[in-house]
Amino acid sequence: MAKHETPLLDQLESGPWPSFVSDLKQEAEARAKNEKGIDYQIPVDVCDDLLGVLELSFKHGRTHWKHGGIVGVFGYGGGVIGRYCDQPQMFPGVAHFHTMRVNQPAGKFYTTEYLKQLCDLWDLRGSGLTNMHGSTGDIILLGTTTPQLEEIFFELTHNMNQDLGGSGSNLRTPSDCVGQARCEWSCYDTQALCHDLTVEYQDELHRPAFPYKFKFKFDGCPNCCVASIARADISFIGTWRDDIKIDQEAVAAYVGGEVPPNGGAHSGRDWGPFDIQKEVIGLCPTECMWLEGGKLMIDDRECTRCMHCISVMPRALRIGDDRGCSILVGAKAPILDGAQMGSLLVPFIKVEEPYDEIKEVIESIWDYWMEEGKNRERLGELMKRQGFQRLLEMTNIKAAPQHVQEPRHNPYIFWKEEEVEGGFGRDVDEFRKHHQR
Amino acid sequence: MEYEEAKEKIVAGLSKKKSKTKFYFNDLAKILGEKPRAAKKFITQMVQEEILEYWSSGSTSLYGLKGVGKQAHAEHED
Repeated sequence: MAKHETPLLDQLESGPWPSFVSDLKQEAEARAKNEKGIDYQIPVDVCDDLLGVLELSFKHGRTHWKHGGIVGVFGYGGGVIGRYCDQPQMFPGVAHFHTMRVNQPAGKFYTTEYLKQLCDLWDLRGSGLTNMHGSTGDIILLGTTTPQLEEIFFELTHNMNQDLGGSGSNLRTPSDCVGQARCEWSCYDTQALCHDLTVEYQDELHRPAFPYKFKFKFDGCPNCCVASIARADISFIGTWRDDIKIDQEAVAAYVGGEVPPNGGAHSGRDWGPFDIQKEVIGLCPTECMWLEGGKLMIDDRECTRCMHCISVMPRALRIGDDRGCSILVGAKAPILDGAQMGSLLVPFIKVEEPYDEIKEVIESIWDYWMEEGKNRERLGELMKRQGFQRLLEMTNIKAAPQHVQEPRHNPYIFWKEEEVEGGFGRDVDEFRKHHQR
Repeated sequence: MEYEEAKEKIVAGLSKKKSKTKFYFNDLAKILGEKPRAAKKFITQMVQEEILEYWSSGSTSLYGLKGVGKQAHAEHED
């Protein structure tokens, strides 16, 4: 018998899709039965009360959570997010319901043993409810009480070789795509770079000194599986400088229907025979492809690495060999001024250990933003307020054609005196020799 | 600036303000008159010594003198 009646939540269990309400009920029941004989360190009815408070919020049309607090583990300013219920008498199980963020391993590779350990820890010292993974990419452990925080942190760091992630005005947990571990399109080792920068910037991850949140994300290719271009203050997107490699025999095999396009995806329906003209050449955004005597030709100078042709014909087309990444900056979600996509800052950079060139770019951006960013101002908003030119100056990057989003949008070019030969002064007499008053 | 001087400045600067108990990192850097990176070293040490404490909403982090403010009491952490 459930502790609270939840008619409004029960409605969310109807329909063919999975329901978090069913999951919560299942966990509530399992905790009540306690077949494993766990010595629960937080209230046994935490999940029941969570359902109860959510039902009440649905009924009232307003939240019953207070968020934020001084909770945390010693020396860390992030990784724990204080949550309190504002109806603790009615729902004592969730009077404290803090969230812990755990830094997921690069590429999200786990062993079964590790996952079991994590679940056992969270059954014992937390609500048993997890979010794998939060939108930032980290492991989210939902719901525990203040006295448990240090215990959990000790267990994670000493016995599981695991650190907390970022929250607040910190560098957030860096996140990457699966990269070269499993993907032939990855232009650099995303996991190596993600791990290296996570380790290098521990201080930024755990001790908040930024104006607001700051996110790194790493995509191995422009398909952008972690959507870094839309979500990260600095996104690292794999690319290549030379030509797409073409296997003409494989192109013919796709055209002849011997190899299914898109790696066999979309095969649940008969879409008719593969039409290379319509499905590949005609969809090229820069129109840089054509067929010549049955052979596929690409003008690589015009190619913008959109990945469409490679994604459709992976056996015939492969990424180039001169690989690295592009660095884009300033993407964010729409709290202020609407959502923003990343702007290209570094068109191409080699990704090679120890990544000194990349770190130079990152640190110059931080120095600029930490000094000039207002409180709660994202990098993208600062760039918009002060202009892209200011960012280029502060990062010592020379303006390049790739920085121009669209030509002739703004007809004004502002020169500085030191950029003009002879400065802004002039010899009036010399001028008057050629021009009357 | 020496650490002891920085500590005095911060404690005096934050104690003076009666209406607020939580402050942005930039407010502290301004009190110290240091660039952010130099200020961070002092502030981190003050957190280690439990003179300052972090406060986080989840999205934004603030700093306050340890034990000062309503929330410390409400959370039974004073």
